[in-house]
Amino acid sequence: MYRIRLFAIRHSRAFEWIYQRVEQVMVALDPVFGKIGYDRIERPVAFTERCIKTVLFDCKMCGQCVLSSTGMSCPMNCPKQLRNGPCGGVRPGGYCEVKPEMKCVWALAWDGASRMKNGAQIETVLPPVERNLEGSSSWLRVSREKAARLREAKEKGRAAVAEAFADARAKEPASAPLAEEPARACGGNK
Amino acid sequence: MMEHMLPSSYAPPPEGHVSHSRLEKVLRSGRFAITAELNPPDSADPSDVYDAARPLAEVADAINATDASGANCHMSSIGISALLTRAGYSPVYQISCRDRNRIAIQGDVLGAAAMGVSNVLCLTGDGVGVGDQPGAKPVFDFDSLSLLRTIKTMRDSGTFLSGRKITNPPRLFLGAAENPCIPPYEWRPERLAKKVAAGAEFIQTNYIFDIPLFENFMSRVREMGLDKKVFILAGVGPLASARAARWMRSNVPGIHVPDALIDRMEKSSSPGEEGKRICVELIQQIREINGVSGIHVMAYRKEHQVSEIINESGVLSSRSELA
Ligand code: SF4
Repeated sequence: MYRIRLFAIRHSRAFEWIYQRVEQVMVALDPVFGKIGYDRIERPVAFTERCIKTVLFDCKMCGQCVLSSTGMSCPMNCPKQLRNGPCGGVRPGGYCEVKPEMKCVWALAWDGASRMKNGAQIETVLPPVERNLEGSSSWLRVSREKAARLREAKEKGRAAVAEAFADARAKEPASAPLAEEPARACGGNK
Repeated sequence: MMEHMLPSSYAPPPEGHVSHSRLEKVLRSGRFAITAELNPPDSADPSDVYDAARPLAEVADAINATDASGANCHMSSIGISALLTRAGYSPVYQISCRDRNRIAIQGDVLGAAAMGVSNVLCLTGDGVGVGDQPGAKPVFDFDSLSLLRTIKTMRDSGTFLSGRKITNPPRLFLGAAENPCIPPYEWRPERLAKKVAAGAEFIQTNYIFDIPLFENFMSRVREMGLDKKVFILAGVGPLASARAARWMRSNVPGIHVPDALIDRMEKSSSPGEEGKRICVELIQQIREINGVSGIHVMAYRKEHQVSEIINESGVLSSRSELA
């Protein structure tokens, strides 16, 4: 799928547009999801999301998708899983330090971002991945988070991450989540 | 009794400073700063650390304690830093994200600060594959930027990333690395800006052997006004031989040595001396570049040459003493 991933980054502008539309739909559906119960739809949505994003982006289902801030190049394909790369070991020609046969995920990311409308979002400092959200649906999280931005944060610990990375919270809210997590979304570490 | 053993009582830092660091004072006063890297011993004997530190301390404002660089096992950076503070030296405690997760690192930061450490350098770390134990599990829970922001939050807001309060926050001068001479060249300055946004107050670069590349980088840095926001120390070091330079270029991640320099080493009858001379010349050229606040000397297995190199380069002769 490496080829398709490179294709998606080359066409980062188009994919950014599609992604924004998907996001708008998900956010608009927040009341509906709330009624059905986020817990109930978590698994089917996560499954669909995994299928689509694995094909397109080699998605690793970290649960905190930040593609719009990384030039549509999934940072979880970086062997060091950096969220703010590139590292200092990129090889001549832009190849990865750890996997020399692969282009550096982050060199591609800056390249992809340069073609995107909101490409400057790559300058946002992103928090570390919450590993316990692995495998859960990021789309649902975005929908919840964008909706929850209007509501106040209740849990203090989560609020601290969101405050420390205020910029990331504003631009990629799923990367510093505040909304309440349904039981099924929170089990990656068990 | 024990309380009196450590030099630093827990006092607020001087006006306009974030820490008690000597390096911070030198930089903020506009003096050209020198830092040097200590080669960590494969030993549990403290005198090995002191033997390595002594020649560096003659000229350096701070001594870097590396954290298993190149993914090779040595005495830990926190151990070395603690030994150095005991003897009155000022260490730069290097933290790599490769080997420890957020729980361990935040705890170590408090421990280091309590031991009198006042400079930290936040690094991503080389992949485990290049080291002496390629089967190790790579951690990379943080990356260098989220680590910077986390320590900044601990210092300035007095909380862990979990939101729990820290009663007496660590007073640390925050550093990060940069590598101007490797791809993606056009984005390296932007990445530096991101590190500054994350909390970096000083930068130590990897080896600069290619002055034109570094000048390009610095001119973009000045255009972006970054040289006013962060102190940049350029990395230098003496090459041992043409063979060693070639080996480094292909085996150590992130090192770029131009062919012209390797040629020069090859043609010389005494490569050791030539390597030293090249290093002195590089320092003199770097000194002339606007926006550079100091140099960081990495003299692998050549600590004894560091003070000679600095003295020959003349960068300290024009410097006034720190009050
Ligand atoms: S070279 Fe790029 S992809 Fe490879 S580890 Fe470094 S940042 Fe990640």
